[in-house]
Amino acid sequence: MLGYYLDLALRSLKRNQVLTALMVLSLALGIGASITTLTVFRLLSGDPLPQRSSQLFYPQLDPYPIDQPFSRSGKMPWLMTYIDAMNLVHARKAQRQAAMAMTQVKVIPMDAGKKPFFSDGVMTTADFFPMFDTPFQYGAGWSGADDDSRAQVVVIAGFLNDKLFGGANSVGRNIRIEGHDFRIVGVLRHWEPEPRFYGLRLGGHDYGQGDAVFMPLQSARADGMSPQVTLSFGPESTDVAHLENASSIWLGVWVQLSGAADVSAYRTFLSHYAAQQVSLGRFQRPRVSLSGLTQWLDDQGVVPDDVRLQVGMAFGFLLICVVNTVGLLLAKCLRRSREIGVRRALGASRGAIFAQFMVEAAIIGVAGGVLGLVFAELGLWGVRQQPVEYASLAHLDFGMFAFTFAVALVASLFAGLLPSWRACVVAPAPQLKIA
Amino acid sequence: MDIRPILSTLRRHKFTACLLILEIALTCAIICNAIFLIGQRLDRMNISSGIAEHELVYIQLAYIGERPDAMARTAADLAALREIAGVRAVTMTNQIPFGGSSSNMGVRTDLAQQKDTINASQYLGENVPSTLGIQLEVGRDFRPEEYRDLTDVYAALGKGDMNALPKPALISRAVADQLWPGQDPLGKQMYVGGGIPLTVIGVMAQLIRPNQFGDGAQYSVINPIRLSMSQGAGYVIRCAPQDREQVLKLALAKLKTLDPNRIVLGKGTLDQLRRDYFQNDRAMAGILVGVCLALLIVTALGIVGLASFWVAQRNRSIGVRRALGATRGNILHYFQTENFLLTTIGIAIGMVLAYGINLFLIVHYELPRMPGFYFPVGAALLWVIGQCAVLGPALRAAAVPPVVATRSV
Repeated sequence: MLGYYLDLALRSLKRNQVLTALMVLSLALGIGASITTLTVFRLLSGDPLPQRSSQLFYPQLDPYPIDQPFSRSGKMPWLMTYIDAMNLVHARKAQRQAAMAMTQVKVIPMDAGKKPFFSDGVMTTADFFPMFDTPFQYGAGWSGADDDSRAQVVVIAGFLNDKLFGGANSVGRNIRIEGHDFRIVGVLRHWEPEPRFYGLRLGGHDYGQGDAVFMPLQSARADGMSPQVTLSFGPESTDVAHLENASSIWLGVWVQLSGAADVSAYRTFLSHYAAQQVSLGRFQRPRVSLSGLTQWLDDQGVVPDDVRLQVGMAFGFLLICVVNTVGLLLAKCLRRSREIGVRRALGASRGAIFAQFMVEAAIIGVAGGVLGLVFAELGLWGVRQQPVEYASLAHLDFGMFAFTFAVALVASLFAGLLPSWRACVVAPAPQLKIA
Repeated sequence: MDIRPILSTLRRHKFTACLLILEIALTCAIICNAIFLIGQRLDRMNISSGIAEHELVYIQLAYIGERPDAMARTAADLAALREIAGVRAVTMTNQIPFGGSSSNMGVRTDLAQQKDTINASQYLGENVPSTLGIQLEVGRDFRPEEYRDLTDVYAALGKGDMNALPKPALISRAVADQLWPGQDPLGKQMYVGGGIPLTVIGVMAQLIRPNQFGDGAQYSVINPIRLSMSQGAGYVIRCAPQDREQVLKLALAKLKTLDPNRIVLGKGTLDQLRRDYFQNDRAMAGILVGVCLALLIVTALGIVGLASFWVAQRNRSIGVRRALGATRGNILHYFQTENFLLTTIGIAIGMVLAYGINLFLIVHYELPRMPGFYFPVGAALLWVIGQCAVLGPALRAAAVPPVVATRSV
């Protein structure tokens, strides 16, 4: 039966080629736009560390004076002072915890021939690697003892290892960063969480190639490296050399907690800590916050408003395209009232007529989906030409590929419902009489 | 023209008519808002900076670390840059308009205030007003003896010695109007950074802040503080527009000869910097224009399709009307009026929808309310599109000969 409907549908579509092309084109445009924007949206709102994200939390404290708040709308400060960050890290109340800041460093290759270049660096503490489950190609991260002894050690990214050492095992060799020798203890495998959640608000890039070097925070600071972002709230000026004691926030702290009990225990610990700081006179407000990874990304508006707007607009566009297709299909099917009358008189049931028109709609849907896919690829190519950090990541994955056809089919079947219903309620007798 | 026959015909095609109205309404709603968003972007991109944008080039150098001779080396750099043919003025400043980074501070007029009145951006550097080409409305520029080194300022701040800090400040007109509306700002006191006193010596017509336009695009203050190359963001050079490329090339060469080891992080003209700054806005405006065009095309095609169908379906009745004496013009007008009617109903519903979408955007995206004149713009667009789209099918209808009436269908 389906074969017969397909045959009928194809004949009918061929009879009105312009109208068919119009329907397919408008559906494809709507689908192409929706899939393009949705792909970008999914890329931006993706989970950077699917295996760990549910266990990662971002604590926030408020060291700002009440009369000079961090934000007028009552937002918590994004970052922490060195004192608070170190207190939290040393308290070891979570399973793992690390403080971090982004920095720009000049890397000087040991080979005399190669030129020095600037790279993104992370100054952090030992737990960074096990907590974020970073994959190592060679070696491993450093230990807590290395943090305390300000060891001149470094973990480098795979791409830097390729660039400097041709991909060979470089553990134990030295690189020169900002004029100081650092011993390589580990080389990461390709690791680029998107978005780069740990660098948010720290001045790092949110997307794209990962950071090149990871150094112990205190060692890097002792060597004069400075964080990308410092926000000061004290009366004294910010002197980059003495940030450790300044009234400045410049560190992000992440903690790993597994289970609701741990989370609430940590929250209690944070509140106690803040209350204690208030009684010591360091804080004026005891408020604290502990956000999960995904919540933190949401709160910080990782997905730009423009992208949300584009998604909304694309789906509005798709809606209009569907309405358009409904109108055109309806027009087509009403013109075929006589054909329907004949088929009904010859014994076709209402269900058969309905199915026939739905098959016709589905064909348009599949054609629209294929063409829509072409448009989506074109659209994503356009996104990749844009000057944004995530540009190179905009690709159609298999999920979106399948989703495109699902959207196309659902949209066309939805569009076909009304015309098919109108077709199947056509009364055969009057149609035959006119003839 | 009598619209009653049109209405009674439409009543027999309720579904199709409703679909057309729905399509036009949705298109109208989205187009009104999209045009409004485009307008917003264009406004943002056309923001005036108050500086001589076409006469400026900049060179950003990598941080060289704190060194005792930084100030002397900066002075040597500046002197060397000034010697280049065509250079009118040079400064080392802490921030560049449309550059990535900015220094911002809270400003209040009274120390007892609980909260800052505004947040303004702070420009530092020697000869900033003359180099950037800022227009002074009233008051005067800084005198040479008023400048202090940033290192000394830091030292004074560290000791809490407010008297060693440079007091004079230039403020933009926007800051003056916000702090002292309707008063003469000259000689007035303001406090920045939680208690540092400044005295207004001049008011600049305009000076845009480097970024964060949401806090007040023209809220800027200049302090007479000299910077070394390790403290500033880069050199800004003023020259004639046609000399810019040549000057930039010579300046880079000169800086390289003075110190071959430095790394240039960024260079270019202010025009380029501005273009880059608004790249995202331009891209978004482009996308919005594309969406509008695509929407109009799809809607137009929909109207063409439906109108063609109607014309074909009513072939016989058109023939009868023609046989009974209707002119081609009558038939043409009939379809045009029908389209106008449907479009108008669609637009009316679309306006309500557009307003609703705008309210949604206001709540979720901090957009301002859509000014009223965007509504008629959207309406006019749809009327034009509707009439253009229906013209073809209507002409085809008008061409139906009366003899069709006598034929069996």
